[in-house]
Amino acid sequence: MNGPHDLGGQMGFGPVAPEKDELYFHADWEKRALGITLSCGAFGAWTIDESRHARENIPPADYLAASYYEIWIRGIDKLLERHGFATREELLSGRKLQDGAAPKRVLKADMVPAVLAKGGPCDRLVETAPLFVVGEAVRTKNFNPATHTRLPRYARARTGVVEAVQGSFVFPDDNAHGKGENPQWLYTVVFDGAEIWGEDADPTLTVSIDAWEGYLEPA
Amino acid sequence: MHDHDDDHAHGDEHAHGHDHDNHYSDMQARVKALETLLTEKGLIDPAAIDAIVDTYETKVGPRNGAHVVARAWSDADFADWLKRDATAAISSLGYTGRQGEHMRAVFNTAETHNLVVCTLCSCYPWSVLGLPPVWYKAPAYRSRAVIDPRGVLAEFGLMLPENQKIRVWDSTAELRYLVIPERPEGTEGMDERTLASLVSRDAMIGTAVARKPESAT
Repeated sequence: MNGPHDLGGQMGFGPVAPEKDELYFHADWEKRALGITLSCGAFGAWTIDESRHARENIPPADYLAASYYEIWIRGIDKLLERHGFATREELLSGRKLQDGAAPKRVLKADMVPAVLAKGGPCDRLVETAPLFVVGEAVRTKNFNPATHTRLPRYARARTGVVEAVQGSFVFPDDNAHGKGENPQWLYTVVFDGAEIWGEDADPTLTVSIDAWEGYLEPA
Repeated sequence: MHDHDDDHAHGDEHAHGHDHDNHYSDMQARVKALETLLTEKGLIDPAAIDAIVDTYETKVGPRNGAHVVARAWSDADFADWLKRDATAAISSLGYTGRQGEHMRAVFNTAETHNLVVCTLCSCYPWSVLGLPPVWYKAPAYRSRAVIDPRGVLAEFGLMLPENQKIRVWDSTAELRYLVIPERPEGTEGMDERTLASLVSRDAMIGTAVARKPESAT
């Protein structure tokens, strides 16, 4: 979707503001927000792609005004309601009013080290050979789905070169919507700055994205 | 999908021209209520949250990545392994797991400087750098890194040579990128621990370079 999250090339946000000796958390609630988000992810009820899409669906004015942990909490609220773990009323009141869906797994403290160390690999074998080879010129498609995609707007309908075939991975555009993992080959595609930004681009700039095969066509 | 975010008990007039989520105005209270609810429902274990926070406050952080860089500087075979199979090479030092499942190491050279961003969200190599800093997740960096990297780097105090190429890696998939900065001059014969002390988190994102040792400045 062409949501507020798709920020590449937008202007007006001011300078980057690095903090000196930055802390990992700027308030106690941010710690709890991290832990809640990871704990709810462990239910096994939704994928990382669905959780990203839940965040992208936050209304643009709210998304851009929110800190990142607030974005996470807004996303978790949607997912908990959508998957039947909590009702809207419960989320607003903070009080249990009824039983909800049962998760496949509840993350307990003693499970945390193993779960974090394992992560969630999302490379998957595919039966077919890659369509594109290293060094080949490719063009990204021009599409504007209302659903989840990982092809940023700035990199649509652009010609680049395949720099690497990175293996085959779960296809987020389907997986975010419960349509299955449908893995595809993934390529690192490099673009000249001028191809993306025009003739005023920094002449020393190249930008790469990691693009699923379905995003690409021969140039 | 329409989110019915407008049914609140009390109003709070808001500058935005749409229905506003009042329950997000006090995040401390909001998150406390959420944790209480989920605990009451048996869905989460507050002690697990403590363990997660402890992991990322004290165990997993940029010292991991600095160790990887120092090893790459010290051991050509390791550097070669890192180029070919970063996930395996990094795993051999004990750094694995969430948001580091599929690693790629990109090496700065005199010719090319590498910079990593996630324009679409906040993808970041947690297993080697820990949790991302606020600026990495914020719109200013995510919007400008791909169009004006030199302007961004200047805000970090990094001025690259005019003819040095800049390669920006937008982390749009599940590959996570670790920048291997150039080894500074004057570090010959240094052990790994000393070398690692020259490698900041920002140098492994690409918004800085490795520090020169005191004796060489």
